[in-house]
Amino acid sequence: MASVHFTPNLTRHTECPTETLSADTVAELLERYFERWPAVRSFVLDDQGEVRKHIKVLVDGRNLRDRRRLSDGLADDSEVYVFQALSGG
Amino acid sequence: MGRLVVGTRKGVFVLRRSGAEWRIEHAALLGDPVTMALGTPDGALLVAQDLGHFGVKMKRSRDGGATWEDRAAPKYPPKPEGVEDIDPTRRTPVPWDNKRVWALEASPRLGELWCGTIPGALFRSKDGGDSWQIVESLWNHPGRKGWFGGGADYPGIHSVLIDPRDERTIRVGVSCGGLWTSRDDGASWTLEGRGMRAAFMPPDQALDPAFQDPHRIVQCKGDPDRVWIQHHNGIFKSDDGGVTCSEVHTAQPSSFGFAVAVHPEDPKTAWFVPGVKDEKRYPVDGALVVTRTRDGAESFDVLRDGLPQQHAYDIVYRHGLDIDATGETLAFGSTTGNLWVSDDQGDHWRQISTSLPPIYSVRFTA
Repeated sequence: MASVHFTPNLTRHTECPTETLSADTVAELLERYFERWPAVRSFVLDDQGEVRKHIKVLVDGRNLRDRRRLSDGLADDSEVYVFQALSGG
Repeated sequence: MGRLVVGTRKGVFVLRRSGAEWRIEHAALLGDPVTMALGTPDGALLVAQDLGHFGVKMKRSRDGGATWEDRAAPKYPPKPEGVEDIDPTRRTPVPWDNKRVWALEASPRLGELWCGTIPGALFRSKDGGDSWQIVESLWNHPGRKGWFGGGADYPGIHSVLIDPRDERTIRVGVSCGGLWTSRDDGASWTLEGRGMRAAFMPPDQALDPAFQDPHRIVQCKGDPDRVWIQHHNGIFKSDDGGVTCSEVHTAQPSSFGFAVAVHPEDPKTAWFVPGVKDEKRYPVDGALVVTRTRDGAESFDVLRDGLPQQHAYDIVYRHGLDIDATGETLAFGSTTGNLWVSDDQGDHWRQISTSLPPIYSVRFTA
């Protein structure tokens, strides 16, 4: 079971509580999360299903490698954080 | 018309008229850019936000701006593997991803809305904005791939004109990519706008309709063949619905700008807010003026009364000027967060606010 946490900055726009779900990849984890919280999808992924340019995804402390297909694998106790990259003004 | 909806860098402001005064009734969605707003025929307000990191979103209010609900934003189709889509100038890939809502218009057909976006796409809703479908005939048109970014990184559709005589005739303005018309309800598209001139292109390509940068295109409701264009290179007008255009050389102190408004009934009357061309972009001599023609651009009035004439650096973006249905009241808002209204076609202006965020769009609604 992997856990996914979202930046508090996103809670200003949409409800996105931490969830612990069964998944082998980040893509699976987020798909299961979006089944429960469908509004969160468009905040994290762009129209092509890729991680938005200014979103930072960390898997067990390391940057997500595959921002296009989110194929990075997960361990049983993985922690995934979805943060904002710093940009804009 | 008693309501103004103002989209700004830091939210949306709904102003209500009370006698001669305008007051901010609702300041909503504060902190996030609202790039476009529309009052829909059913009385709702629809706005588009650019949340930056989190993408483009849309919201609707059914109580005049007090509360807002999430609505679907126009979404680009999946990009097929192997399809090449490259901005011809920058040679960078055009993202199939909604970067900005740049135009929103309501059709006379119940529930039908049109939306123009960056990168240059047109979307249609048939359910009042609950869902959107991309207009594939334009998105897949070979000519669309020739569009290129102007001030923005990617080309975009900023003007959508629904012909008052026939809602199946739709014209769109593209920066950069000219004026495109469909006369079959969006099934097919033709590049029109011959006569526009692009000084930013080599001389042998300056008159190519595909390379034009109209900043904003408007159409007279009472005489829809009369189209006015504030172009990167100046002012153009058309007497045949945008098929052909002619350049206007009579506007002083400048014909550079972004916004244009046309009288709803009198096709010869139009307004512009000029600035120093073309990279400098501030009012000539720091004096903010509105220019108005009442004779089809034979001559222009320069309207200054009530506008700052010293050290004004306001620029009015392409959607920052609007006229109400009576044709008497105009409003415009600037990059400096100033908002003015005139009840006499621009002869006199009253300042409604000096302290709003930078203004992207100003719109009268019922």
